[in-house]
Amino acid sequence: MCLAIPAKVVKLLSDGMADIELEGVVKEVSLDLLDGIEVGDYVIIHVGYALARLDPAEAERTLALFAEMGRLAEGSVA
Amino acid sequence: MKYIEEFRNAELAQGLSCAIAAAVDPQRIYRFMEFCGGHTHAIARYGVEDLLPTNVRMIHGPGCPVCVLPVGRVDEAVALATQHDVILCTYADLMRVPGTNYESLIKARSKGADVRMVYSTLDALKIAADNPEREVVFFAIGFETTTPPTASAIKQAQARGLKNFSVYCNHVLTPAAMRAILGAYTDEGAPNVILDGFVGPAHVSAVIGMRPYEEFTRDYKKPVVIAGFEPLDVMQAVLQLIRQTNEGRADVENEYARAVTLEGNLKAQALTAEVFELRDSFEWRGLGAVPLSALQIRPEFAAFDAEKRFRVEVPNPKENKACACGEILRGEKTPTQCKIFGTVCTPDNPMGACMVSSEGACAAHWTYGRFREAPLLEKSA
Repeated sequence: MCLAIPAKVVKLLSDGMADIELEGVVKEVSLDLLDGIEVGDYVIIHVGYALARLDPAEAERTLALFAEMGRLAEGSVA
Repeated sequence: MKYIEEFRNAELAQGLSCAIAAAVDPQRIYRFMEFCGGHTHAIARYGVEDLLPTNVRMIHGPGCPVCVLPVGRVDEAVALATQHDVILCTYADLMRVPGTNYESLIKARSKGADVRMVYSTLDALKIAADNPEREVVFFAIGFETTTPPTASAIKQAQARGLKNFSVYCNHVLTPAAMRAILGAYTDEGAPNVILDGFVGPAHVSAVIGMRPYEEFTRDYKKPVVIAGFEPLDVMQAVLQLIRQTNEGRADVENEYARAVTLEGNLKAQALTAEVFELRDSFEWRGLGAVPLSALQIRPEFAAFDAEKRFRVEVPNPKENKACACGEILRGEKTPTQCKIFGTVCTPDNPMGACMVSSEGACAAHWTYGRFREAPLLEKSA
């Protein structure tokens, strides 16, 4: 129920709507719950609404953290 | 898919698995509750439990809105659809949840009621606009994630003068359920469920932020690590929970920083607060009546409140006695400890709500987990 997926905003439409694209599929969603969304932003889509802005820098930091955890563990075992 | 597949990377998962193995104290057992059905699903689907040491136990929580909706509310949905000439719209998950005497919305539809599955409240609004001569009721369920889209729909209906649109509100609150679980004790005074911490919700937290969990770290000394719904997110959260437990800390930490901020989505919070107010009490399947655990529509929006507009007569709600959904939702039983799991109750013929929703603990275990327990064939000599 709370599942939501990240998708890229490709076009701003009238009435606070936007087209988002996911793997070539374009879908219309509402931007009513977020301010200041621009084309190219990644947003998290839930039941037809953009619910949160996805922060690409934080995503990179989290991935880097996963890799770091793995490296540290290897070091501690070796 | 960007921002999804990277968080399912097998090599990184192995690294995290090693990090977790190195972090655990073999002398103790760690018990963490994943509150959300989304996490339960990710753990089962990606075999995360197989990547955790055996002394790290994951306990399913009540974070599956279809699962916690009590039979009485399902009966009310069926009554609304069958006793009034309405178009009843709801999310697909709810359609097959059995009420009293195995009645469900999908059965009501097969008997002629106008019940429609919608993906979004926007679809329900469109149905209302396209059918001005019919009453359209949106049967709303869900936690804090799903509430702002309902609030938005009510505001839009008001702005567009859609007088034939109303909402039957069943929106519930995550912190209240966490409180109910931590506050439940046996007659002997021991906690019903022994927990060392929570994997905190992903998208609920995207809306409400991190602060609402501070009461659990402060008052109950239970760490909360907010995590995304991908398998690596869950593993990193488990690692952080293990470290907090080892260090005797209880802090709110945020693994899902790519979508969750300290404050959450303030615009969504404001919209929710404008349209909804707290209910004094709400019945949860498994948890019973929980004070201040759900929302109702404010009197200013009473014209859009289906509970005020339609009277329904329902039978005395009867839970299926053989179904262990209640204990499973409280984290006291696993799906396989239910007598009817996988025999009478399967996703094709669900007896209980936990088997209906794909996020339900029973459905997750049926779909992905039960094969782990199958005995290996012995090699022939």
